[in-house]
Amino acid sequence: MTGGRSSYPLDAIRRLGSVALFLGRLLLQCVPALARPHLVVLQIYNAGARSLIIIMLSGLFVGMVLGLQRELAPVITALLFAGRAGTALTSEIGLMRATDQLTAMEIMAVDPLRYVAAPRFLGGVIAMPLLVAIFSVIGLFGAQLIGVQLMGVDKGVFWSQTQSSVGLHDISEGLVKSLVFGIACSLIAVYEGYNATPTAAGVGLATTRTVVASSVMTLLLDYVLTAEFL
Amino acid sequence: MANDAVVEVRDVRFALGGRPIFAGLDFQVRRGRITAIMGPSGAGKTTLLKLITAQNFPDTGVVRVFGRDLATLSTREIYAVRKRMGMLFQNGALLTDMDVFENVAFPAREHSNLPEAVLRKLVLTKLQAVGLRGAAALMPAELSGGMARRVALARAIVMDPEVLIYDEPFVGLDPISLGVILRLIKHMNAALGITSIVVSHDVQELSSIADDSYLLSGGRIAASGTPAQLRASDSPAVRQFMTGGADGPVPFHYPAADYATQLFGTDPP
Repeated sequence: MTGGRSSYPLDAIRRLGSVALFLGRLLLQCVPALARPHLVVLQIYNAGARSLIIIMLSGLFVGMVLGLQRELAPVITALLFAGRAGTALTSEIGLMRATDQLTAMEIMAVDPLRYVAAPRFLGGVIAMPLLVAIFSVIGLFGAQLIGVQLMGVDKGVFWSQTQSSVGLHDISEGLVKSLVFGIACSLIAVYEGYNATPTAAGVGLATTRTVVASSVMTLLLDYVLTAEFL
Repeated sequence: MANDAVVEVRDVRFALGGRPIFAGLDFQVRRGRITAIMGPSGAGKTTLLKLITAQNFPDTGVVRVFGRDLATLSTREIYAVRKRMGMLFQNGALLTDMDVFENVAFPAREHSNLPEAVLRKLVLTKLQAVGLRGAAALMPAELSGGMARRVALARAIVMDPEVLIYDEPFVGLDPISLGVILRLIKHMNAALGITSIVVSHDVQELSSIADDSYLLSGGRIAASGTPAQLRASDSPAVRQFMTGGADGPVPFHYPAADYATQLFGTDPP
């Protein structure tokens, strides 16, 4: 509720510019951040391994319901990622901001963009394709469970049909999408946390914004990428 | 000005969101001394620290630290200046995902390549200095407010800074913790030869340790000198602050419409 006079389109453009600048600074810090692999690995664990249960469960159920909708794996994974890992990233970084931890790092001459933001961003970007792959495999298993075990489709037919209908193109499309979604969702989560208003309400708002913006962005990018690819 | 000035603030004007905070601020911090910066809430004490640590820059005027004008420095040079400073934040600002030992080790790990054995000795020495060697394995969430501040102090001195900045170090402490922090500030200053800047509104506590005092009010230095000189001042603003007067140049009432009119008149509430 600040700056009552600013107009919505202007705000949106300003915000877009600010996110773009943030991405530029973030990417610059990603190279030195890679020099500390233990930090990145920790964040892959946080964003990836800790999202596994929800991704695997959802993959199983989506597979059971929809059969072989491979198309959906990156989108659903990204949406779940935004809710599970994105919110955790935003609230964690936002709280570090609110409790002066980021400022303290700056005073200790440690760039928080390098130490806090970049490893988390990289962790998310690396974890997303892995999660999508796991989601797809579990989805196949779910489809097989319903198709073969429950509805009596012949096992050989099921797998040969699956094999013949999946091409390299499907895999590469899924990989590209998951990478793009990984970049978008991680960037949004890290940006919102890093720029959160340093109050309890501010961190809550930033977390909400992460989910909303990541979801909208994922669906929008999915449309753009599908239109490009197909 | 004198060559032993570690921090020099000259004719600084600074506004935040259109609201003027400083209107011609002048003062200096001399090497090896404990300098108290006092002032009522909202006088701009925290903003002043942000100027000294190059988190903000003045609209006009100069802030010089170790003889260098902060506004002219690159980010790399600012980091180099900051490595010579330590700062104690009001709530400690410990990194919540590391234990006490790792928190104190953090700046050393980032800025030096000390072998683990040497680093361990360094951290334990600093923790011993604040009396918390036994708490090395605790997480920040397990510490009391006073303990967290002492750990933060150990972290602030781990790289042997030339200047230590304390932001409201006495707020919310019980009398024992307060006594401990007071003793530590005095001790760090004397034993390590550190220049100390203490920003606070706790007049009593500050008076007992400060060598020089400045009173911040209305965007300027309203008074300066030793704590005794400040207490003897005949300026109403200084007297009100030093004695804790409820009404005076800083009024008891927030500016408002006429009381009688608002109660019985037709003005909107």
